[in-house]
Amino acid sequence: MLLFIEQVLNGLQLGFMLFLLSAGLTLVFGVMNLINLAHGSFYMVGAYVAATVMLATGSFTLALLLALLSAALCGLLVEIIVLRHLYQRDHLDQVLATFGLILFFNETTRMIWGRQPLFMDVPEAFAGSVEILPGVPYPLYRLLIIGIGLLVAGGLYLLISHTRLGMRIRAGASNRSMVAALGVNIRWLYSLVFALGALLAGFAGVMAAPVFAVESGMGESILILTFVVIVIGGIGSVKGALLGALLVGLVDTLGRAFLPDLLQWLFATPTANSIAASLASMAIYLLMAVILAFKPRGLFPA
Amino acid sequence: MMNFKLISSSLVALCVFFMAPASAAVKIGMVTTLTTKAGYLGEDIRDGFNLAIEQGGGKLGGIEVELMVEDDGRKPGKGREIAERYIKSDKVKIMTGIVFSNVAMAVVPKVVKDDVFYISPNAGPSALAGKRCHQNYFNAAWQNDNLHEVMGKYVSDAGFKSAYILAPNYPAGKDALAGFKRFYTGNIAGEVYTKLGQSDYAAELANLRAAKPDAVFFFLPGGMGINFLKQYAQAGLNDSIPVFGPAFSFDARLLKAVGDAAVGVINGSQWNHDLDNPANQTFVAAFQQKYGRMPTLYASQGYDTANLIGSALQATGGKPENMTAFRAALQKAEFDSVRGNFRFGNNHHPVQDIYVREVVKDASGIYNKTVQKVFTNHADAYAAECKL
Repeated sequence: MLLFIEQVLNGLQLGFMLFLLSAGLTLVFGVMNLINLAHGSFYMVGAYVAATVMLATGSFTLALLLALLSAALCGLLVEIIVLRHLYQRDHLDQVLATFGLILFFNETTRMIWGRQPLFMDVPEAFAGSVEILPGVPYPLYRLLIIGIGLLVAGGLYLLISHTRLGMRIRAGASNRSMVAALGVNIRWLYSLVFALGALLAGFAGVMAAPVFAVESGMGESILILTFVVIVIGGIGSVKGALLGALLVGLVDTLGRAFLPDLLQWLFATPTANSIAASLASMAIYLLMAVILAFKPRGLFPA
Repeated sequence: MMNFKLISSSLVALCVFFMAPASAAVKIGMVTTLTTKAGYLGEDIRDGFNLAIEQGGGKLGGIEVELMVEDDGRKPGKGREIAERYIKSDKVKIMTGIVFSNVAMAVVPKVVKDDVFYISPNAGPSALAGKRCHQNYFNAAWQNDNLHEVMGKYVSDAGFKSAYILAPNYPAGKDALAGFKRFYTGNIAGEVYTKLGQSDYAAELANLRAAKPDAVFFFLPGGMGINFLKQYAQAGLNDSIPVFGPAFSFDARLLKAVGDAAVGVINGSQWNHDLDNPANQTFVAAFQQKYGRMPTLYASQGYDTANLIGSALQATGGKPENMTAFRAALQKAEFDSVRGNFRFGNNHHPVQDIYVREVVKDASGIYNKTVQKVFTNHADAYAAECKL
């Protein structure tokens, strides 16, 4: 039972990490109707800048600030230089261009930082673990990720539902030409939304840097999961992204944790192990297939 | 205008034709992985190889050589394409360089059938060591299982009664755990196959803690290993359950990215920078001087491969076309390996000593210290299946 609670926490933590990434992606997708494969690159930029600043100064706060700033700046530049010209084109052109951006960013990080992965430690204040229940020690830093995920979810909710900017974002998502006709500078709105998405991805990168390997190409491994999340949640819906992320996090973690034991009731151990390994890596895609069968446009279609 | 173009281009062609030096250099084709996350492996193999050429003043074994390097991007198809180009247009007779077993399986069987020598500086898939071994194929590094076998032996000998073992769910991962189990006599507390490229190991770590093993063995190459070790330490597990692995997660470059989380880990390797032999001391010093970083085991393998080829070039007067003689010279392995003791078994795979090292930290940084020799003259488990 204690193990189950711990695994649920692990699932939630992975879920919130995915949420940070998918919130930005789904906003960009929903508002701008743009498929951005290079979203993972902003995640990588966040992680690299954070690791570098942390190594140079030792201050996590400074690392966080500079990383957020550079991720948002990268996003803004990419939007102005490349993506602005692609809104009218079909999705295939966008996929091609943003795939090119992935290669560009990966090679650029290799040129700047070299092929060697970078090191970043957990900030001093969040090192170590706490006993959340007697007998269940849990790393403090992972709890921090859950907390930050909750904060960001709350912040986005306020931003989108209760501010003028949020109103425009929602309006832009449902009818962009009408919004433009009403005198909203849609270009500026798009750049802002894109930079916000990049900033959130960079945030995820900073949070991930002490836990995961900071290396060129780190964005792609998590990008696929992120796309699964926004497809499940409903493209363009932040609420959907939150729910989708938590679902994916939980299903993935619990699948990896408990499938081998469950299958051992049915098969001999070696067979159970190999089936469980395959099933666990398929679990989220099965989840996606089932959800799409009943809700073809995701849980919360925008 | 048309005429002018034609004339000028033929002039250029003529110039090129006549100016090309009638080079007698022996061409060596290197197919390796220089891009993707694993690009540093190929980089180190290439740099180690180049160092040996440079030490010979552009020569290996006194014979002038020309090293051609191309990146396979970790893709079997691309590796094959490059190999075909080397053989058809460059008329290469010696090839080397491949990092990954899946690329090797796509390239090597074809290459050796075309009467080209392939000397592996890294990948050592079991198929090429056993039933499908070939007279033109040599492996100067290890058979894939070796560095896992040594850990199995060490963990049993050190008295750990139960072990929890993990590897990614792909052929090399399964081979790794099979290699470990071949020499581990204790009880397997859990055998887990993770997703290839997985970054989050929280679920596995929680299960591992609950299984209460005496030791943990893992094979998670590249970034996966960094993720695992960091998270293992963050979960507070490295105070209670010691972790073991093959050298692949503990080379000088990865250690910098893992940091303190790796300190104290025992890992198995056929080479370390502190092995006490003159060839190794020269190599480590020269590599550091030239490239400004510590060599990894991959660099040592690239260097050994170059010197092995050099020994055969010397014996045959730079004539790999003379295949029987060249093959016999390779088989003798008369070069000063940085590993010290080195010879080839019947299947053209190394028979060598394998060590365990411990990751230590002091004022000079984090590095590996050789602890003890575990295997002496260790051959691989597939040699008997090879009919050479």
